[in-house]
Amino acid sequence: MSEHFDAIVVGAGPAGNSAAYTLAKAGLKVLQIERGEYSGSKNVQGAILYSDALEKIMPDFRDDAPLERHVVEQRMWILDDESYIGGTYRSANFSKPPYNRYTIIRSQFDRWFSKKVRDAGALVVCETTVLDLHMDGRRVVGVRTDRDNGSVYADVVILADGVNSLLARKAGFHGELKPKDVALAVKEIHFLPEQTIEERFSVKGTEGVVIEMAGRITQGMVGTGFLYTNKESVTIGIGCLLSDFKKSGIAPYALLEQMKAHPAIRPLLDGGEMKEYTAHLIPEGGYNAIPAIYGDGWLMVGDAGMFVNAVHREGSNLAMTTGRIAAETIIDLKARGKPMTARHLAAYRKALDGTFVMKDMKKYRDVPAVMDKNRQFFTDYPHLVSQAARTILTVDGVDKKTKERAIRKEFARTRSTLGLFADAFKLWRAFE
Amino acid sequence: MMRVEEKLFQNRYRVDGARAHIEIVDGDVCAVHCQDKPCTFCCPAGCYAMDNGGRVTVITDGCLECGTCRVICGEHRNVRWEYPRGGYGILFKFG
Ligand SMILES: Cc1cc2nc3c(=O)[nH]c(=O)nc-3n(C[C@H](O)[C@H](O)[C@H](O)COP(=O)(O)OP(=O)(O)OC[C@H]3O[C@@H](n4cnc5c(N)ncnc54)[C@H](O)[C@@H]3O)c2cc1C
Ligand code: SF4
Ligand code: SF4
Repeated sequence: MSEHFDAIVVGAGPAGNSAAYTLAKAGLKVLQIERGEYSGSKNVQGAILYSDALEKIMPDFRDDAPLERHVVEQRMWILDDESYIGGTYRSANFSKPPYNRYTIIRSQFDRWFSKKVRDAGALVVCETTVLDLHMDGRRVVGVRTDRDNGSVYADVVILADGVNSLLARKAGFHGELKPKDVALAVKEIHFLPEQTIEERFSVKGTEGVVIEMAGRITQGMVGTGFLYTNKESVTIGIGCLLSDFKKSGIAPYALLEQMKAHPAIRPLLDGGEMKEYTAHLIPEGGYNAIPAIYGDGWLMVGDAGMFVNAVHREGSNLAMTTGRIAAETIIDLKARGKPMTARHLAAYRKALDGTFVMKDMKKYRDVPAVMDKNRQFFTDYPHLVSQAARTILTVDGVDKKTKERAIRKEFARTRSTLGLFADAFKLWRAFE
Repeated sequence: MMRVEEKLFQNRYRVDGARAHIEIVDGDVCAVHCQDKPCTFCCPAGCYAMDNGGRVTVITDGCLECGTCRVICGEHRNVRWEYPRGGYGILFKFG
């Protein structure tokens, strides 16, 4: 491997695959390197696929992509120890094609995407770990892999190596991740007969349900849980800030076990066969934690650049969009005969600023800090809300007005009235 | 309650016998300077263990390659963390 490439893409997740596909389609000479046995064998996601980002790269992806179910119903649950209260949004509109979002299984989806990258003309090399970047002064000129004679060179290197982003760290482009800027998520997949899933979740055909959860299941830590339906399986997982895991001393697998045992959740998994247990970090530092994402001879895309919108559980779509735009930037520079210097590659950042990626990241920039300083959202409130519902819904001869007074008193006792207003304001400010 | 070992038993691995991809740099730092030893309870695969004398060891066979132990050891920077050789380590069937 001593050829010279127009571009080298490190990593074959959604960010790297989108970049490599876009570059190869445009006729550039592309090498993509992935450490896994195949694209997807190292990757973890919930997983919801948002159609829009992929449509912009591959409009006809629905023809043969391995999609599990299209989402027709979203549930939000707030749980206390025994109960949950929540909202459901189900719309017939979600059942009209083309569908807006799907559940997927990442190892299968990434593998499919990787084949498209190859078909588009990129050279995809798997089972190869990139050890570090080759530098010429401050300029990245290639990568060193763990293969014999494993150095390869290119005009530009796209770092799509995911949340740990070891290569950029070794090169000194950014420092180590902070425990408060990443969530650790653990997840299992449970197989169930298709018919059981249809009955249990009131769906038919390829319709699916997603449930997002917050409350006592995170045991006071900032985090959320989820349960998604696939064709013949459900995935269940929970993620909390690493800094909180460190403080709480709760083992992640124990947290997942306790969540699975919740009386509202256990019946949904009943009879299922657990076939895999996974863990992965999610970059949740938000806009303020985005590192340098370009320099002389390199661009950074996807999780490596902190591109996750934790509020809406979006990551793969930001990965795909940053991957596509990085590729488009390179294609444009090459067409105009410009060198891949930081000065020219700055166009990548500029283009991103004009998309939903940076706009959303900016919009929610204060959320991580607000969540961190206001633990009551994850501790007191779920319990209060659920208790209030129970009080109102229990028919026990007490009139409703008296019940409402009791609820108000309980809220005020736990959080002063002023505190309640302040919380509402903080939330509004953070999300507005 | 399912133990972590039972969970990991469901997973597929190709273990690299020749090289451990994660190592503790200096055992004394763990034993003497690290109060909480967060790696021993934060690792989602339970790869880290502490003996009675407060010495911490890591066995990477069940490692999920998440990066937690490296990030959590930020103050001491006492974990040498690399990805396994290409093709080795965890092989997710579903992810
Ligand atoms: C539990 C969980 C649930 C999630 N749910 C959702 C969801 O429902 N919807 C959503 O949109 N997002 C979700 N996300 C986020 C989403 O998974 C990520 O944002 C997305 O995968 C990022 O893509 P990426 O290509 O940047 O990184 P990755 O998918 O992590 O890909 C990085 C690739 O680089 C390879 N690599 C790394 N280092 C090297 C190296 N040195 N040499 C060679 N190869 C290397 C890796 O093997 C991997 O294939 C979830 C994440 C988690 C953990
Ligand atoms: S966190 Fe780091 S220093 Fe502390 S016990 Fe673990 S490896 Fe050792
Ligand atoms: S990388 Fe993750 S699974 Fe592997 S030893 Fe470290 S914390 Fe445990």
